[in-house]
Amino acid sequence: MRKTTVFLTIVSLLMISPTLLVGQSKGDLLIKNATVMTATKGTLEGTDILVQNGKIARIGKGLTAGSGVRTIDATGKYVTPGIIDAHSHAMVSAINEGSLAVTSMTRIDDMLNPSDISIYRALAGGVTGALLLHGSANPIGGQSTTVKFKWGRPVNEFPVAGAPPGIKFALGENVKRSSSTPQPGQTPRYPRTRMGTMEVIRDAFIRAREYKQAWDDFRAKKTRVQPRIDEELQPMVEILEGKRKVHCHGYRSDEHLNILRIAEEFGFKIGTLQHGLEAFKIAPEIAKHGAGVSIFADSWSYKLEAYDSTPYTGYVLWKNGVNVSINSDSAERIRRLNLDAAKMMKYGGVPEQDSLRMITLNPAIQLGIDNRTGSIDVGKDADIAIWSGHPFSSLSLCEMTIIEGEVYFDRAKDKTMREQLAKEKADLEKLEMNRAPGSGGTQPRVPTERDRGHYSHGDEDGGHER
Amino acid sequence: MNQIKISNALKFAFLAAAILVSGIAISAQSDASQQNKIGRAGTFAIVGARIVTVSGAVIENGTVVIRDGKITAVGVGAAIPSGAERIDGKGLSVFPGMIDASTNMGLAEIPQGANATMDVQEVGTMNANAKAITGINPHSSHINVTRVNGITTVLSHPTGGTVSGQGAVINLNGARQEDMAVVPVHSLVINFPRVTGGGGGFGGGGFGGGQQANFNDLIRRRDEAVEDLKKTFREVEAYAKVVEAYQKDKSLPTPTTSLRLEAMIPYVRGQKPIVFTAERERDIRAIAKFVADTKVKGIIVGGQDAWKAADELKKNNIAVIYTNIYGLPVQQDDPYDYLFEAPSKMLAAGVKFSISTGDTGAEARDLPYHAGLAGAYGLGKDEALKAVTLYPAQILGIDDRLGSIEVGKMANVVVADGDLLDPRTNIKYVFIGGRLIPLTSRHTELFDSFKDRK
Repeated sequence: MRKTTVFLTIVSLLMISPTLLVGQSKGDLLIKNATVMTATKGTLEGTDILVQNGKIARIGKGLTAGSGVRTIDATGKYVTPGIIDAHSHAMVSAINEGSLAVTSMTRIDDMLNPSDISIYRALAGGVTGALLLHGSANPIGGQSTTVKFKWGRPVNEFPVAGAPPGIKFALGENVKRSSSTPQPGQTPRYPRTRMGTMEVIRDAFIRAREYKQAWDDFRAKKTRVQPRIDEELQPMVEILEGKRKVHCHGYRSDEHLNILRIAEEFGFKIGTLQHGLEAFKIAPEIAKHGAGVSIFADSWSYKLEAYDSTPYTGYVLWKNGVNVSINSDSAERIRRLNLDAAKMMKYGGVPEQDSLRMITLNPAIQLGIDNRTGSIDVGKDADIAIWSGHPFSSLSLCEMTIIEGEVYFDRAKDKTMREQLAKEKADLEKLEMNRAPGSGGTQPRVPTERDRGHYSHGDEDGGHER
Repeated sequence: MNQIKISNALKFAFLAAAILVSGIAISAQSDASQQNKIGRAGTFAIVGARIVTVSGAVIENGTVVIRDGKITAVGVGAAIPSGAERIDGKGLSVFPGMIDASTNMGLAEIPQGANATMDVQEVGTMNANAKAITGINPHSSHINVTRVNGITTVLSHPTGGTVSGQGAVINLNGARQEDMAVVPVHSLVINFPRVTGGGGGFGGGGFGGGQQANFNDLIRRRDEAVEDLKKTFREVEAYAKVVEAYQKDKSLPTPTTSLRLEAMIPYVRGQKPIVFTAERERDIRAIAKFVADTKVKGIIVGGQDAWKAADELKKNNIAVIYTNIYGLPVQQDDPYDYLFEAPSKMLAAGVKFSISTGDTGAEARDLPYHAGLAGAYGLGKDEALKAVTLYPAQILGIDDRLGSIEVGKMANVVVADGDLLDPRTNIKYVFIGGRLIPLTSRHTELFDSFKDRK
C-alpha cells in the first residue's frame, strides 16, 4: 500500500519538475544547419531558423542571433513543424456524459488537467498541439478545446487563443451503446440504432433553429418576452451560424454520408469526419461537401464497424483532394504519429511532403489554426520538433520539442534529470509519512482515478465507455 | 508475376508449360482464388540483391536460390538451377521472414462486439489441453494483411485463466491448419500468479475496492497460488507415473484419462517450453525461482522489467518475448522511454530476448516498427532486426529451420526495396515455405474496389 503514498508524492514532484525542464528563453532561439522539412516549401538542407518572440522570424543560411540567444546546433538533424493531433483525450478524464444523448452544454475546458503525464509523453514524440474531444457515447457530445502542450505552464495558457470553437458528434456502435447491455429493469438510453442516432441529431438542429428564431424575433422586437437561455442549444446555434466546427466520430460510409446530408439540410459544413474507417468508399462526396477527415493511419478490425477498412484510406482521400489528418485518439499512439505519416508513403504512395502535412498543416487547417502553426514559415509560431534523423524512419527519435520558441522537451536534459528524480523519489520514500502500512505506517487513501497506462486497440472512445 | 524476368526463351517455354500443367492440376482440386491465396511453389533465383542474412555478414550483389521449399544457395554468383524463375534483385534487399513470437493470430478476428469471432480464452482456469492449432482460422483476414508486410511466422497462443492452453508456431500460409503448422503444439501458456489485490493499476500493487489488503497478505496470496500450481505439477507427474506403470503392467487398475493432466506432461518434464506471462520484476523473479524449483523450460512473455532480473533469468536460461514497445510506462514517474529502452537494457544485461507485438492479430504487421523503435532507443538497427528474425527463432527453438537466410533453411524469404524496419519500405516479394505469395489482402481488395470511384 506504500505504493499509493509514493505515487501521490511522485505526482506532486512531477508538478514541480516540468518547470525545471523548461528552458530560460523567452521565445528567442536560433536553430543552425538543420535539414528543414517545411510542410509547405519542401525540404531545405543546411538551413537555419531564427525565432524571435516565439515566432519564426527568418529561415535561411548563415543567420545570426543577438548575444544571449540560445543557439541549437542541428547539424545532421531534421526539423519539422510540431505535430498536431486532431483527436486526443489528453488532459481530460471522464470524457462521456452518457446520461443524455445530447450533451452539447458540456465543455472539455472545464476539466483540463495540466499535469497529465501524457502531455509530456506526447511532447517527447514531437507533438505540440491537439484537439481535445469528448468521447463518443452520445450523438452530440460536448464542446472541444484546441490546446498547445505547454507542459509546466498554468492551465489557462494551454488553449490556443483565437482557435475556432468545436463540438464532438458521434455515430455508430459507441453511440448505440452496442457493447453495454442494460441491466434488468434499466431503460436503455435512446438511441439504440443508427436510425435513432440520425433522428436525435436532426431533432437537436430543429430545436436549435426554432430557438434561434425565437431570439431573432425577440431581437427584432417581433416578440416581447425574452426567450430563456438554453445552454444545450446555444452551441447548436453556433454550428448553424458556421461559428462552431463539428468533429464527427464515425466509421461506416453510410453514417458519414448521412451526417453530411444533415449538415447540407441545415446549411452548414462539417468540420471533420473523425476516424472515417470507411471514408475511402465515399471520397468524392466528402470532397464535394468540403469536410476534412481525421483518420487512424491503419487501425482496423478491433470492432465490427472497423472491419471494412484499409490503410489506403489516407491515399484515396488525398487523391480526391480531401484535407486528411492522421490522429492518435490514444495516449500511446500519440507518441509515434511521425511513423503513422510515413505509412502514407507506403500505402498508395502519398508524396513525402503531403504525408508530413497529414500530421502538421492539415490538422492545423482542420482546427482553424493554420494561420499561426502547422508549418515552418516566417511569421508562424515557432512550434517545432527536432529529430535525430529522418522523422519517417522508425530508427529516428525526437530530440527536442519547441512551442512558441520555448523548449518543452529536451531529450538530453530529460536524461540528465533522471538521476536527480530517482534520488528525490528515494528520499521521499524514506519519509515517515510514506512508511509502509505493514511496518506501522498509515493506510493510504485509495485513489479515485487510475492510470490509463495500458495498451488498447483502436479508438479510446470505445475503451472509455461506461 | 510480370516482374519476374526469365533468363532465356527456352526457360520461358519450360516454365510456361510447367505453370500450365500445374494450373490444370490445381483447378481440379480447388477454386482459383483459394489457390491464388496460398501462392505457388517453384524454383526461384533472386539475383543481384543485397542479402541481409542476419546470421552472418551482409552479402552485396548476391543470389538466393529457393527450391523445394528451402533455401538451396546463398552467395555472390551462386549457381542458378536451370528452369529457375529469375527475380531481378537490383536495388532490392533480401531478408528472412520476420517472426512474431506472441500473437492470437487466427484465434481473434474482431475482439469488440463480435464475440462469435473470438476463440482466445476458454472457460475455467486450467485449460492445458486447449490447443491453438485446433482454433486458428486459416482464412482469417489478418493472416494476409500481416504476411504482406514481411511477417511470415508467428506463435499464436490462447490467453486467460491460469493455464491458458498450448500455442502453435505457424507459417502465415495454408488452406488448412496442418498446412500452416511449423510446430503444431509448441508451448504451454501459464499466467503466473502475481502480486495483486485485484484492483489493477499501480503496478499490480493491489487496491481492492474498499478492501484494505496488506502488502504482506498479497505476497502470501501469491505464494499460495504458486504452491497450488506446483501441486498441479506434482499431480501431472503422479498421473504420468500411473499411466506409465499401467502400460508396463496391465494388471494394475486402469487409470482414468485426464486430458488436462496428460497435456501438461511434456512441459512438467521439461521437454517443451512453458511461456509464462509476466511484466514486473518481482513476478519475473518468482517465475525464475519456480523454473529453478520445478526444472522446467521457461520463457517470459511481456517482460517490462525483465532487465532488472537479468541475473536470475540468465542463471535459469529463461528468454524473454518482449511485447511492450506499443505500451505506456505503468508508473507516472517512469522515464517516458522506459518501455522503448527495455530491449537495449536486456541486451546490455545479457538477457536473451525477441521483440514481438503481443497483438491479437490485426496489428501484428507493425512488428518491424516495434523493432525499429527499440532500435532508435538504444538497441541499434542490427540488433533490432535480429530481435524479429533470428532471436525469436532461437527462443522458439525453430532456428534450425527459420530466422535467417542460410542454405538448408525453410524458404521464408522477404524481398524489399529498403530497410525492413522502415515504414516507408515496400515489400516486393514474400516467400513462405518456398511458395511465392501474392501481395494481396483484404486491404488491397478494398482499395482496388474503391480507389477509382468517382
